[in-house]
Amino acid sequence: MSELLQVIGLTKRFGGLTAVNNVSFSVQEHEILSVIGPNGAGKSTLFKLIASFLRTSGGEVRFRGERISNLAPHITARKGIVRTFQETTIFKGMTVRENVVIAHHLRSKASLFGFFIESPAAARDEQEFGRSADQILEFLDLGEIKNEVASNLPQGHLRALGIAIGLSTDPTVLLLDEPFAGMNHDETRRAVEMVRSVRDRGVTLLLVEHDMSAVMKISDRIVVLNFGEKIAEGTPEEIQSNESVIEAYLGIEDESIGL
Amino acid sequence: MTRTTKIVGVGAVLAILLVGIPALINISGRWDLYYTLTSVALLSIASGGVWLTFYIGRINIGQGAYALMGGYVSAILVVKYGVSFWLTLPIAGLFCGAVSVLIGIPILRLRGVYFAMITLVLTEVARLSMLALPITNGAKGITNIPLPGAVEVFGLTLIPDFATLSNAKPAFYYLSIVLMILCFAGLYRLVNSRLGKLCRSLQQNEELASSIGVNIAYLRVVAYVISSFLGGIGGATFAAISQSVYPSSFTIADSINFMLNCFLGGLGYVFGPMLGTLVLYFGWDLLFQTGEFQLLIFSTVLIALILALPNGLLSLRFSKAGKESVGRE
Ligand SMILES: Nc1ncnc2c1ncn2[C@@H]1O[C@H](COP(=O)(O)OP(=O)(O)O)[C@@H](O)[C@H]1O
Ligand SMILES: [Mg+2]
Repeated sequence: MSELLQVIGLTKRFGGLTAVNNVSFSVQEHEILSVIGPNGAGKSTLFKLIASFLRTSGGEVRFRGERISNLAPHITARKGIVRTFQETTIFKGMTVRENVVIAHHLRSKASLFGFFIESPAAARDEQEFGRSADQILEFLDLGEIKNEVASNLPQGHLRALGIAIGLSTDPTVLLLDEPFAGMNHDETRRAVEMVRSVRDRGVTLLLVEHDMSAVMKISDRIVVLNFGEKIAEGTPEEIQSNESVIEAYLGIEDESIGL
Repeated sequence: MTRTTKIVGVGAVLAILLVGIPALINISGRWDLYYTLTSVALLSIASGGVWLTFYIGRINIGQGAYALMGGYVSAILVVKYGVSFWLTLPIAGLFCGAVSVLIGIPILRLRGVYFAMITLVLTEVARLSMLALPITNGAKGITNIPLPGAVEVFGLTLIPDFATLSNAKPAFYYLSIVLMILCFAGLYRLVNSRLGKLCRSLQQNEELASSIGVNIAYLRVVAYVISSFLGGIGGATFAAISQSVYPSSFTIADSINFMLNCFLGGLGYVFGPMLGTLVLYFGWDLLFQTGEFQLLIFSTVLIALILALPNGLLSLRFSKAGKESVGRE
């Protein structure tokens, strides 16, 4: 295995608040790495830094050895690092299929003007994206509802659509921020399967999640944040028996980290 | 809609605009309608531009600035440099497009009310600039602009000199209608291509759009440039028709009207601004008899209409067809 992504001394300050403090870890190719920690620990901020949605205050992120922090988000996305959002973020006014087709934009070879005059390249893109979108929708069990307007979907489907959008970009690394939030037990179980099969497609996954039983099941490794600092890193078993992790979660119900 | 019904529909609309209406005017002798309809066509071009900025999720109350600028660019080139009007028309559009790049890059980062306020100020800045610049002749404006000259290719007269026509009004009518058709055909094409989808992705969620790799800053500027180009074209033609342009030719009130035209017609429909302009323009004229109550009645009806049909007049027609509308967020 090789190191795909390196987070080195990453720091983010919001005024006086240090949301992410000197965090370092690395991500192996094809692994599922989860980032956990109490609310406000800096998990979402960490993801935004990796995906260039925020400027760093210090440290850097390297992708295949190349520095990628502080680029524009669409550039980082073009390099293959794509983030989905904690808040379910989709294009509400479009149908499920339109959402997924437009998310193929990254793969498109035609220029904006090419789209306008419908150049051969644009027409080819359009066809190919439709085909690929249908495949992704089938793969994520969204085929049946592909013509529904996204704003009418229930939570579970919204999350799946979010993942479908992420997948459509053909990412190398997919950052999923709380993909299982708001799902019931059954939906979560299916979503976990889904995430696994995404990994089997060759995608490396970073995950922020609160559902501890899901995290423990799905992750190859786990990074624990508390007050912006990394307090532990290891396999699910190592994390479950780690003293400082248990301490960080004290005061919260024990069940919530599955202990 | 099948392809044939579409072609028949487009053909019918073209026939009405280019043959039917002029015939009716000739029969009825209502020559004043030429001027009115010419104005509607030109205003709807400018409104079409505003509509496009709505389509990427920006409330644009600054189109008057570009219409004014377009009018002055054409007028100055024609009067001071003797350039043919037909050449100044695209130049005016391109000039406005270029200026809008400089203005757009910083202000398009703003959203919602903030963008709207800045664009509103822009109209006023444009008016004051035209008052102050040495080349624009201050408050007296530029008057006695010659009518558009002939266009000849190898001795063949494509467009006659407007000054030689016994009545230039029909000629201006045809010019404006053709420009309007080109403008809305272009917008229709844009909106129904992938480019339109990208614009909608901006309107609905800029953050997500950028995370799927859309260069949102670039796309915003592209849309704004097209919008301003259309404003410039509309303004330049207006100056040619009235053969004059003043700092007050386009004011904040016009900018607001451009926006209202879009609201009224429907932000989700590409032909919305055309219908909106027509209804608003004639509605205002019809209320002329009510004198001092004109504005009061006009505003009340407008507010009621927008409340009753939040997706615009065209939603009446499309809601049944199941075509989903685009929210304004
Ligand atoms: N844009 C921002 N401006 C100021 N403070 C922020 C901003 N985003 C996050 N924070 C703060 O940073 C801390 C970490 O937030 P976040 O990364 O969202 O935590 P988590 O996702 O782990 O719950 C919180 O205290 C939050 O209030
Ligand atoms: Mg969070």
